[in-house]
Amino acid sequence: MTGALRSTLRVLGLPLVLVAIWWVATAGSSNFYWPSLQSILAAFPGTWFDGRFAQDVLPSLGRLLVGYALALVLGIGAGIAIGSFRRLRLLLEPALEFFRALPPPILVPIIILFAGIGDGMKVVVIVSGALWPVLLNTVEGVRGVDEVQRDTARVYRLRPLTRLRRLILPAASPQIAAGARQSLSIAIILMVISEMFAASNGLGFTIVQFQRQFAIPEMWSGIILLGLIGVLLSMIFRLVESRALAWYDGARRADRKG
Amino acid sequence: MTSMTPAATTTEPILAVDGLRKIYYGSGRETEAIRDLTFDIAPGELLCIVGPSGAGKTTLLKCIAGLLGATAGDVRLEGAPVTEPPPGMAVVFQEYGRSLFPWLTVRQNVDLPLREKGLPKAERIRLVDTSLDAVGLGEAGEKHPYELSGGMQQRVAIARAIAYEPRLLIMDEPFAAVDAQTRAELEDLVRDLWTRLGVTVLFVTHDIDEAVYLGQRVLVLSHAPTVVLADVPVDLPAERDQLSTRGSSRFAELRGQVYELVQQAKQGRR
Repeated sequence: MTGALRSTLRVLGLPLVLVAIWWVATAGSSNFYWPSLQSILAAFPGTWFDGRFAQDVLPSLGRLLVGYALALVLGIGAGIAIGSFRRLRLLLEPALEFFRALPPPILVPIIILFAGIGDGMKVVVIVSGALWPVLLNTVEGVRGVDEVQRDTARVYRLRPLTRLRRLILPAASPQIAAGARQSLSIAIILMVISEMFAASNGLGFTIVQFQRQFAIPEMWSGIILLGLIGVLLSMIFRLVESRALAWYDGARRADRKG
Repeated sequence: MTSMTPAATTTEPILAVDGLRKIYYGSGRETEAIRDLTFDIAPGELLCIVGPSGAGKTTLLKCIAGLLGATAGDVRLEGAPVTEPPPGMAVVFQEYGRSLFPWLTVRQNVDLPLREKGLPKAERIRLVDTSLDAVGLGEAGEKHPYELSGGMQQRVAIARAIAYEPRLLIMDEPFAAVDAQTRAELEDLVRDLWTRLGVTVLFVTHDIDEAVYLGQRVLVLSHAPTVVLADVPVDLPAERDQLSTRGSSRFAELRGQVYELVQQAKQGRR
């Protein structure tokens, strides 16, 4: 009981302190651009729960999830292929490094040329940036599969599909997860950025609109909402990760002891 | 294989290695690991291969197991040339921690090759149960390998190998990384399983005592590039135990003989 309380405090302690500081520092603020936290919070429900949630937040989240899922599927799929075949890797590596180095926002106008200005464009923008961490980490994860485990799979004549499902994917999964986590934060950033170009709804679009209309407390409330969504998604990610990689945590703990 | 009568099978070697040669080519250099190896194993035999470190034991083993292609010569398992890991053969590797799949439980590790063979479920359950019992791990099935000690992990690898019901069981310095006490237990386990299951065992080790204690025959390898230095029959009684067998004068003689040969191997005799 006290342990649970203590860990809750440890998790929430710093955020609570920061919020308190924000509250006190801006209380009674007359600065137009730095409204009091109280007024921001007061604007929050009316701004987001009066129809904007379905109109703007859900479409944003939908595009984010579709884009992120596509990036994971493409990244893991291509990563396994590239990691498994040396020739393919040598062929593709320079090109991959080049594309990875391009900042995705710079690609937005070009993507608009090909993908138009609808949801498709925004998903493509998200994929174009979120793909790389998961792809490159998958390549490394697959290359790093233990030689003895590979020999074991060959000795027991595991078929390619079994080898993929029972050896390659699980063995590479810790590194794939590390890449997927980076990809998630990039996907959130690109979700917002993609909505700053030629959009008619979405979180990014709405926040920019508030900015242009000098609806400053509403703008701040949008930024807070973005932060909360980020925290929520990373919590979900961690939950899934800790379940899927329970063996990995156990093995690492055993290694440290032994 | 169909023309082979049971009587013929018993006289034919289960494994025939003939003129095996292995050269590694890398960055403009050639390294001759194995020069010329020829030997047979009879069905049901327990053959130990011993050699100094750097004798190319692991290379030899990988060639026999079909994990590595030979440069010349050939390896035949039950008459069929080995070009890839053949069915009917299992390998227990030295690095037990890296050979088991840590994301699977002990049961799942043992079961995976059986699944892949397409055995019916009831048969798989029976095989997994009996082989885990045989290595003394009947209770540990639901654990993950990392929850077990090193010796127990190697027992899991052995259980996986025997559940696969191989006709040839290859063991590559399987006990090099466990403590002396565990090692003695595992040696007795191997003798016991070999007697009970009638499987042919090829046991590779750098430990002279272990080779003499376990084997019916000890093959001494030279330093690389490897040839067979000597083929020593071990005429100890079939019933062996750590105290009386190791204490017998015949054991000491054989041990001395193999020790002398390994010393010569180290000095480069071939």
